[in-house]
Amino acid sequence: MNGGPASTRPAQDGTAGLGTRLPAAGRQSGRQGTTGLPAAVFVFAAAGTVLVLLPLLAMALRVDWAGFWPLITSDGALAALGLSLRTATASTLVCLLLGTPLALVLARSSFPGRKLLRALVLLPLVLPPVVGGMALLYTFGRQGLLGSTLELWGIQIAFTTTAVVLAQSFVALPFLVLSVEASLRSAGSRYEQAAATLGARPATVLRRVTLPLLLPALASGTVLCFARALGEFGATLTFAGSLTGMTRTLPLEIYLQRETDPDAAVALSMLLVAAAVVIVALTYGRTGLRNGVRR
Amino acid sequence: MSLTVQRTSQSTARPGRLAAALLALAGTIGLAACGTGSGGASNQGGVEESTITVYAAASLAAPFTALAESFEAEVPGSTVRLNFAGSADLATQIIEGAPADVFASADTATLARVQEAGGVAGSVQELATNTPALVVPSANPMGIETLADLERPDIKLVLCAPQVPCGAAARNLAEAAGVRLAPVSEENSVTAVLGKVTAGEADAGFVYRTDAMRAGDAVRTIPVPDAADAAVTYPIAVTAGAAGSGREELARKFVQYVTGEQGQSVLTDAGFGRP
Repeated sequence: MNGGPASTRPAQDGTAGLGTRLPAAGRQSGRQGTTGLPAAVFVFAAAGTVLVLLPLLAMALRVDWAGFWPLITSDGALAALGLSLRTATASTLVCLLLGTPLALVLARSSFPGRKLLRALVLLPLVLPPVVGGMALLYTFGRQGLLGSTLELWGIQIAFTTTAVVLAQSFVALPFLVLSVEASLRSAGSRYEQAAATLGARPATVLRRVTLPLLLPALASGTVLCFARALGEFGATLTFAGSLTGMTRTLPLEIYLQRETDPDAAVALSMLLVAAAVVIVALTYGRTGLRNGVRR
Repeated sequence: MSLTVQRTSQSTARPGRLAAALLALAGTIGLAACGTGSGGASNQGGVEESTITVYAAASLAAPFTALAESFEAEVPGSTVRLNFAGSADLATQIIEGAPADVFASADTATLARVQEAGGVAGSVQELATNTPALVVPSANPMGIETLADLERPDIKLVLCAPQVPCGAAARNLAEAAGVRLAPVSEENSVTAVLGKVTAGEADAGFVYRTDAMRAGDAVRTIPVPDAADAAVTYPIAVTAGAAGSGREELARKFVQYVTGEQGQSVLTDAGFGRP
């Protein structure tokens, strides 16, 4: 009700002026600055920004900054951080190795059920993490679909760091597939076709044309993948368990600390937020720049 | 908020308009927030004599659900709203101002934390006790018969983390028996431990006697001598939020009811011990 005047009043006068000037102030969106936006859009955009930033600000205000350093350098915290960095790196590599071919197949080939496969591959994005964890448990757990076979081969996954990497790869894979596939689609296949007409074999086309074109998307997909793996919580807790240095990643450590030491939990949360901000800024900045150059 | 307004106005032809719009929006959000807050409070005020909200440890879910029902029958017109979760979660919520009238925690330390923060009115009473229990999958594939078997390196043992009450109790028990525990996972809740044992992921786990009873045939309980020495006490108290409100009397009545004869027999049936 109260939103009425806020959204209609500025829209009454010509808002083209607003639109052209605002984006011009931005660094990379100069080309799009010619189309204006109604002021109401900015109002709601501001509300959206508040929705995301206010809770983070509220958490930052709760940080015991005097004790921040000791809190984030406790043995448990360092073990969790180290484990998180190692497992996130490993699962990012898994995603690159498996996700890139998957994206290529989805974007460049055609077979029955391709659209369905595409939808299914993206499922981990929308599934509740605990569901993902249970699915992994019923696959790789000791009593799972593959678990007993793997155990016969002497491979134990339950309660090991491998389980953490599996959980992280499961949830992070769609991020890589999405960004690579989107880039392949928007780039079109003109260059590949030209190379093929000139006599290049598929492997050569992939190596000399497609992959170089993909590099920026691979880079941003990789960083997003890493960030998602770093933040993975629910599937890990359900599937991998929680033990210092073995399976207790930073998000799990935060969850545990909250039981007894909320100050430590908040400090570690801020550490994770800071890491995420750096990672996302890195990706987002690159994406913006690349789009500006290409179009 | 102020940051957003500032940045936008710098690049705007009519800074006043957009800033005003943003301020109006901020006002709207603020008003909306106030509206919900006061609405909730007045709502509660309307039914204050007859509805109480009980925050209780997740392990009390079954007996408290039954007790709330019989209490409502005993006090005509009364309603008991129940909220079950981990004690630490509930304690944090109460300290942050959640509308609880009664808090029953799974350990004394957690309730003491609420008390220190000024969240408890009057005295804390002992509600029940619970005993750590060693459980194995019903088939007991590793043939675990005694507490000492847990030292075998081939056994995957799952515990609660030491920060969680069930973890502390299990460690006390093992320490008293001189057994060294080397868990493969330290879970955040007793339900997570039980889940890993019933699923056969873990060969053994420490839960509470009440959990082992609730799990029925899915697990087998390995008798541990002197387990009662490591018992934990569940305390219950009326919160400071209820004190002085119209709900205080009903809240006290509920505490009296569950610590009284009828409440105790329901709790005993669920596997709890008398304090």
